Amino acid sequence: MTELTLGRVSADRARLLRLLQEYGVYLGVLVLLLVNIAFTPHFLSGENFRTQAVQVAPVLVVALGMALAIGTEGVDLSVGSVMALSTSLISLYLGYGVWIALLAALLGGIVVGLANGSLVAFVGVQPIVATLALMVAGRGLALVMLPQLKQVNDPDMAALGSGDLLGVPYLVLIAAGLALLVAFVVRRTTFGRQLLAIGDSRPAAQLAGLPVRRVLILVYVLCGALAAFAGVLATARLTASDPTSLGTLMELSAITAVVVGGTPLSGGRVRIGGTVAGAVLIQLLTATLIKHDLPPSWTQIAQAVVIVLAVYAARERGKR
Amino acid sequence: MLSVSGLSKTFPSVRALDGVEFTARAGEVHALVGENGAGKSTLIKLLTGVHRPDPGGTLTYDGREVSFATPLDAQQAGISTIYQEVNLVPLMSVARNLFLGREPRGRLGLIDFRRMHREAERALAELGVRVDVRRPLRELGVGAQQMVALARAVAVDARVVLMDEPTSSLEPREVATLFGVIRMLRERGIAVIYVSHRMDELYAICDTVTVLRDGKVVHTGPLAGLDRLRLVSLMLGRDMDTVQDEGLTKFTGEHDAGREPVLRAEELTARHRLSEVSLDIRPGEVLGLGGLLGSGRSETAKALAGALPVDSGRVTVAGTRVRGGSTPAAIRAGISLLPEDRKAEGIVPGLSVRENIALAALPGLSRFGLVDEARIDRIVDTFVKRLRIKASSAHQKVGELSGGNQQKVLLARWLAMNPKVLLLDEPTRGIDVGAKAEVQKLIDELAADGLGVLLISSDMEELIEGSDRVVVLKDGAVVEELTGDQVTEDRLMRAIAAPAGESRD
Repeated sequence: MTELTLGRVSADRARLLRLLQEYGVYLGVLVLLLVNIAFTPHFLSGENFRTQAVQVAPVLVVALGMALAIGTEGVDLSVGSVMALSTSLISLYLGYGVWIALLAALLGGIVVGLANGSLVAFVGVQPIVATLALMVAGRGLALVMLPQLKQVNDPDMAALGSGDLLGVPYLVLIAAGLALLVAFVVRRTTFGRQLLAIGDSRPAAQLAGLPVRRVLILVYVLCGALAAFAGVLATARLTASDPTSLGTLMELSAITAVVVGGTPLSGGRVRIGGTVAGAVLIQLLTATLIKHDLPPSWTQIAQAVVIVLAVYAARERGKR
Repeated sequence: MLSVSGLSKTFPSVRALDGVEFTARAGEVHALVGENGAGKSTLIKLLTGVHRPDPGGTLTYDGREVSFATPLDAQQAGISTIYQEVNLVPLMSVARNLFLGREPRGRLGLIDFRRMHREAERALAELGVRVDVRRPLRELGVGAQQMVALARAVAVDARVVLMDEPTSSLEPREVATLFGVIRMLRERGIAVIYVSHRMDELYAICDTVTVLRDGKVVHTGPLAGLDRLRLVSLMLGRDMDTVQDEGLTKFTGEHDAGREPVLRAEELTARHRLSEVSLDIRPGEVLGLGGLLGSGRSETAKALAGALPVDSGRVTVAGTRVRGGSTPAAIRAGISLLPEDRKAEGIVPGLSVRENIALAALPGLSRFGLVDEARIDRIVDTFVKRLRIKASSAHQKVGELSGGNQQKVLLARWLAMNPKVLLLDEPTRGIDVGAKAEVQKLIDELAADGLGVLLISSDMEELIEGSDRVVVLKDGAVVEELTGDQVTEDRLMRAIAAPAGESRD
């Protein structure tokens, strides 16, 4: 009798834990929202929401690409450097028109992605090592092209950075649109299915005749292009190109958003909704602590706690 | 020197060893043989301290009862192991590898390199190996590396040397050197435990043999008086006198095979794995691949499917040559492989039954890169019904299914590609009896439908009753082909047991 009850309790507990793993990130966002509504003055203003959303947009765009890389049991550490490269390229090519500059920035990201993908797919270098190399090289290159901060005085860029449509900033609309697009790619395309299969079991995918190399390269190219685009968005928002500091530690924020959002590091699964919520969660956490005048080091500690919790939940999921 | 008694080992779900008695005497080369899952590797791991035995068994070493908590304990006691893959430090010099952990020290406790190099050279020369001991180990061939491992084993005053398939990556010349060293070890009074599947090697070098099967010792004794055929039947668990006429499997056995082969392999050669393997598969027949573990059966299947690069030889399907070393090319040509390691190389465990079935056929089920869900549903539905796949729904994860149903999902994945040739590597291993019969029946039906099937199975009955013809492999080469009335257990075992060079009638 006792055993029976015990069994039921632990089954209930397992179900609860599973729900937490699946939806914990949304719950976290909700709790932070409620806490802020209760304790933070002026939190419930349209202006504040716009600020938060605009700040989260570039992180989210980077995290979308990161989610794809992590889905293949990889990672891309070069995203922050790609943002720096992208901002340098914009400054350099803005003289030729904003579209040329945008194209140059995206091409920069694609080239870095090609290099990452080739190292991973053809040379067989571990993703963490391959992208670390490009992380170092990318920022170096960005600084060679543009050694110091430069103002960006372009009306189009300024409009992109601070304009809005019916009160919703362009940056937020673009990030949301990209999130929908990536979610669609993951769910509905051949590429998305193959990506997940490769992440779950690469030997099986290989023996099933999947174009493993092509998919891997495309994943890193997409990740690079998204990071470059995030660089464009950040440049537009700041109306300045600063290759020294733009995108530093961005790889960590992006990985955190992806992992907190429930995408396992072991690959085979990509959760875009969770990634969006993960990015929002980190942003809210940072904003909350800043608004209550806690030092920035506290933010880092809080982020660390969230990561540990997410990894713990992932471990439980792996055991299931 | 080293003996065990009443040794058992139980893993969470299986009893890997059951009351094993085993004795290795000083100055004796003792062969340890058995098929997959017989318990060889478990026994080795118990002897070398990797695993701990269940309570009740005793391990006696040098006259005293011992228990090794770690591999280091066993090593320090004088039990050295040489594994299939060399486990040394590839970037360190040969000499440093030889003396790793016991480097000769000079004053100040620094390594005395000059003395180390001198002694390393001498130790290797004794084994007939001449190399520059200052060079990093990885620059040496695999054979020479194995010699370094051996020299290390001897140099640490080993009294028992365990060798786990030491010749699997050696050239014939290197094998000869290795045998020389083993004889030397024997003369020095060292007990050698030799694990191998190669009959010729066993009879060339071993004095005694212990046969394991299903975790039990089924035979132990001198090798000299033991007939090869008898040894094979002991390993495979088939008693020569009572080979049953009546089938226990679900195969009908006979098919109307077409005349022209659908697949033809000519002289496939891959270093250390396959040598000039040629075979034909006709539409509508089941071709069996016979042979012991390590004879090159799985390698042949993988080479045909483009998953193992070959050095030479060609594969043609319906007269068209297939580009080697490319799985997609083989699949396009109509060759499908159901791999031996279903869990690691077959299923994608985290994806659903539906996604797993559609995986290989996906490009054909998409338009402009967008997946056509309705078509996938139709195909999945068809195969779930036809193959009687039991899952709670098509959206259940494949990792949660039973082994038999996983295998059916894989079959469905390939059948959805409309293959011409199906290569089945151990299709019924590790699945329960009921599912086994179903899979066997399916194989029969598929052949009857005109598919060319290659069947690899360690289950004698399955192989004999399922196949129309059997090609027998040994050491990566075809030694015999059995057709028609010749397809019997007796003939198959004779072919496997025959010494090299005398196998063809």
